[in-house]
Amino acid sequence: MALSKEQIAQRIAQELQDKWYVNLGIGIPTLVANYIPKNIDIDFQSENGLLGMGSFPIEGEEDADLINAGKQTVTILKGGSLFDSAMSFAMIRGQHVQLTVLGAMEVSQNGDIANWKIPGKMVKGMGGAMDLVASAENIIVAMMHTNKAGESKILKSCSLPLTGVNCVKKVVTNLAVLEIKNNAFYLIERAPGVSVEEIKAATEGTLIVEGEIPEMKF
Amino acid sequence: MINKVVKNAHDALLGVEDGMTFMLGGFGLCGIPENCISELVRLEVKNLTCISNNAGVDDFGLGLLLKKHQIKKMVSSYVGENDEFERQMLSGELDVELIPQGTLAERCRATGAGIPAFYTPAGYGTEVAEGKETREFNGKMYVLELAFNPQFAFVKAWKGDTAGNLIFKGTARNFNPMMAMAGKITVVEVEELVEAGELDPNQIHTPGIFVQRIFQGSNYEKRIEQLTVTPKS
Repeated sequence: MALSKEQIAQRIAQELQDKWYVNLGIGIPTLVANYIPKNIDIDFQSENGLLGMGSFPIEGEEDADLINAGKQTVTILKGGSLFDSAMSFAMIRGQHVQLTVLGAMEVSQNGDIANWKIPGKMVKGMGGAMDLVASAENIIVAMMHTNKAGESKILKSCSLPLTGVNCVKKVVTNLAVLEIKNNAFYLIERAPGVSVEEIKAATEGTLIVEGEIPEMKF
Repeated sequence: MINKVVKNAHDALLGVEDGMTFMLGGFGLCGIPENCISELVRLEVKNLTCISNNAGVDDFGLGLLLKKHQIKKMVSSYVGENDEFERQMLSGELDVELIPQGTLAERCRATGAGIPAFYTPAGYGTEVAEGKETREFNGKMYVLELAFNPQFAFVKAWKGDTAGNLIFKGTARNFNPMMAMAGKITVVEVEELVEAGELDPNQIHTPGIFVQRIFQGSNYEKRIEQLTVTPKS
């Protein structure tokens, strides 16, 4: 079975390490916050100017002056802090944030990512994504392996305008966990019940399969 | 202390003309200068270049100026959530420059800090870097980005005093402090205007030196763009 969006988030949460500051993008990445392992400390950074982001407020306690980068009402945890956008991106560019998780429309085997524009169709802008991918030490991309038409989004080279070059090292899709190195996708884990053959068929880029590939564990 | 107070939005926007370049604070609808935007709509100034992280929604924020075709060019990092904006952009009526959010923030900061340009890694190898100078530092590639040159900056703060000292609240701070530094004329509207001396100097986010005009705002709507809550158990 291919993973649900929640399961993709759950699998990415296994990558979190103690004492990391983490920036989560909009969509599937936001769900990662629901699955933080119990024995570790993680602080979430929201690039609109918030460290120590908490869950959504209790109904009736929402504050128009406290939102996340997706413009959703949120809360701030005890020990959290607030700052301006220049300070926020100083944290990001200065590599004080250890992990960025974001969505993508396409990734390629050299680590390029495209997620901000479909020429002539959809132009919403890159927001903070270009700053994040240009600077983060660790970038995990959360995405569907194929588009609605069944075409691969795991490519030899991206066809859409790029967000960043040579930056993605790990991809978690509904079918697989992939590592990007040596200009190829290395298959690390399979979604439960999904065969290597199915993953190969859904991957346009070069896929390296070494030895027995384990299933993801939850 | 030098007194920066003006009576209202009308007086605060004296000198605003067609064809000018403005900075407007806010992230989404959070921390936007609602009173200044209303006054710009009332003044019917046109051919504006607006530097703002977002472009509002169809019926609020900068969306109000877009609806009246007052904006010629938007400089932003993210412009989703606005159908009229997308229509004007795709039809070519509206010129749009999209730039990475951190680059936008730093360009605003540089403008006010007397720094004409700086190198950032954001956008290297993408269409954002096309035509721009690039340079390698310590084995990594960077793009040269320039400061802006706005005539006015419109800023929203939570509290301010008569000397123009400002305190922001929550994530409504966002781009406001850098834009306050950057305006040739910086206009600030506040939810609460107090006498100089009433704010704790240790808690000031933006010192009054950056502010030319400040006024007590009114009728704040403070609209929430995406209401997300945890149900009461």
